Amino acid sequence: MRKSIGLCVLCLAALSAALGAPSLTKAGEPIKVGAIFAVTGGASFLGGPESKTVEMLVEDINAKGGVLGSPLKLIIRDSEGSPEKATAFAKQLIEEDKVVAIVGPSTSGESLQIKGLCQKAETPLLSCAAAEAIVSPVLPYVFKTPQSDSFAAERICARLKDLKLAKIGIVSANDGFGKAGRGQLQKAAPGAGLEIVADEVYEKDATDLTAVLTKLKAAGAQAVVNWSVVPAQSIIAKNIRQIGFNVPLFQSHGFGNIKYVEAAGAAAEGIVFPCGRLLVADSLPDNHPQKALLVAYKQAYEKRFGEAASTFGGHAYDAIILLVEALKKAGAAERAKVREALENLKGIVGTAGIFNFSPAEHNGLTSDAFEMLTVKDGKFVLCGK
Amino acid sequence: MTQDVFAQYLITGLSVGCIYAIVAIGFNIIYSTTGIINFAQGEFVMLGAMAAISFCQCLPLPLAIAAAVLVTMLLGAGIEFVFIRWLVRPTVLRTIIITIGLSILVREAAWHIWGNQVRALPPFSGDETSSLLILGAHITPQKIWVLGTCVVMVTGLSLFFSFSLLGKMMRACAANRTAASLCGINTRNLITFSFMLSAGMGALAGCVMSPITQTTYDIGPGLAVKGFTVAILGGMGNSTAAVAAGILLGVVEAFCTHYMPLAFKDAIAVGLLLLILCVRPRGLFGSRAEVSWGS
Repeated sequence: MRKSIGLCVLCLAALSAALGAPSLTKAGEPIKVGAIFAVTGGASFLGGPESKTVEMLVEDINAKGGVLGSPLKLIIRDSEGSPEKATAFAKQLIEEDKVVAIVGPSTSGESLQIKGLCQKAETPLLSCAAAEAIVSPVLPYVFKTPQSDSFAAERICARLKDLKLAKIGIVSANDGFGKAGRGQLQKAAPGAGLEIVADEVYEKDATDLTAVLTKLKAAGAQAVVNWSVVPAQSIIAKNIRQIGFNVPLFQSHGFGNIKYVEAAGAAAEGIVFPCGRLLVADSLPDNHPQKALLVAYKQAYEKRFGEAASTFGGHAYDAIILLVEALKKAGAAERAKVREALENLKGIVGTAGIFNFSPAEHNGLTSDAFEMLTVKDGKFVLCGK
Repeated sequence: MTQDVFAQYLITGLSVGCIYAIVAIGFNIIYSTTGIINFAQGEFVMLGAMAAISFCQCLPLPLAIAAAVLVTMLLGAGIEFVFIRWLVRPTVLRTIIITIGLSILVREAAWHIWGNQVRALPPFSGDETSSLLILGAHITPQKIWVLGTCVVMVTGLSLFFSFSLLGKMMRACAANRTAASLCGINTRNLITFSFMLSAGMGALAGCVMSPITQTTYDIGPGLAVKGFTVAILGGMGNSTAAVAAGILLGVVEAFCTHYMPLAFKDAIAVGLLLLILCVRPRGLFGSRAEVSWGS
């Protein structure tokens, strides 16, 4: 009953705004922000840190007086990583909760599923998933905060070229992440003068990759690039050393969690991978534009939740700060104005990099957003030149 | 294919095959006593490894493994006591549904206890990168542990079933439960014991393979499918045959990766199983009597 009265009031408010675009909130009333994350399920390693991060960040913003004189009201929905659930929640958030924008979903599959819906309902979507296809081709209402897979592939290939390793072996998992990465590597390798001597796809929950590595060794690969998430990325690290295949091992940006290093133990030493700067925040030079923000986020997160901060939580952090900037710039919690403001944000410092949006560029990052990291004594460090 | 590449595939196949085999042995123990195919067997493997990883934080490794095996055995007994014991005439379908249900239950419980993180026991000897060179192929000490465990398990079990009174009672129970109970054997307790034994074997298997394969809460079903395949391939109820079948499957899979894309690996395993089921339904080494299982 109370809900329906609220809805009537909202409708009346919308009607009374009459000819102009309907304002979703009046000053002082909370600004509703929707969030869809895979808090549980197979992708919870993404959604868990993301939902914790946005909760912490929004509390912080509200404690400081909110945005445009109104507190933010966060509505988090757990999609469990399922595109179907993400779709249902997106509809609910847009039509019933009348949120000003949606943050998330965590995975590329979900984001691709709901981006058309958000575009149609003219509600800004700030995806926390990496796939290029989310913002290419550009839909006016769809944005994303993580660095694209192509940047990672470019950085890996550039590094291989610097090391003068021409023959590479690619191994990737048969999931969406692995397939996307494999495609980007195939695209980037010829440009860097690299020859792919072996290209193997394995089951995403494979437990022993010795056989496939033996094949790569026999094919004469001078470096191995693996594109997968857990558990295979730790297993491959162990197996490659165990069979005495002493070539550099490169991993994707999915390796950016110290737990994976722990899982691989001594075999993780020397792995090279591209990653956002969050993991090496403390060792950045003091004048680096991202340093202050990264250190502050990392410390706040680790203090509050007692676990290591990951770059994934950072993507949600970026989505919220971008949204807040856009709200301030738009001057009103209206979807169309927020969208327009988002599209014209320039030089916003986030955890993933420095965002410069434009009507043709809805990710706003370049391959500089990645840093090449390596593992030394069980810790992430910047890769020497 | 050069000699050392050949040897590497062979050794890889051998160790993978032994992992399949030690999971299959767990299936066989329960099947040969009760005729039940326990689809929660993979969960015993997972529980053993997870418990050992947890105990490892406060106990030395051998004690942690012993404690994990013990805990899993008690759990196996508990499961039999609560879910299986009261079935008067369990049909194959009914027990399959119960054990599949149990596997889901145990998996979800494990998820709540340990979360979805990937964990692993430390290698029993050496570290994650150490390996020995045999015939130009590299083998890790942990794989030798797996091979050794496999040999000890099979020898121990066949001695147990041939010579100990308890083992003989279990065989009697398997052959004819009514006749066994007429001879004064408490068949119900024996069935509980077979669950304990197979839970213990599963837990031990989980512990020795954890440093190689790593452990997450959801490894059970995948292992159960491979273990079941191997058990069928060898002939249900025969542990020695399971080892032979496991090694055969492991080696075939390893060599297949050289000649065709890796994605076909599981298709080979299933193809092999279908072929055996069509040509020799009792399994490679099974006796004719086993064909009528479930009746």
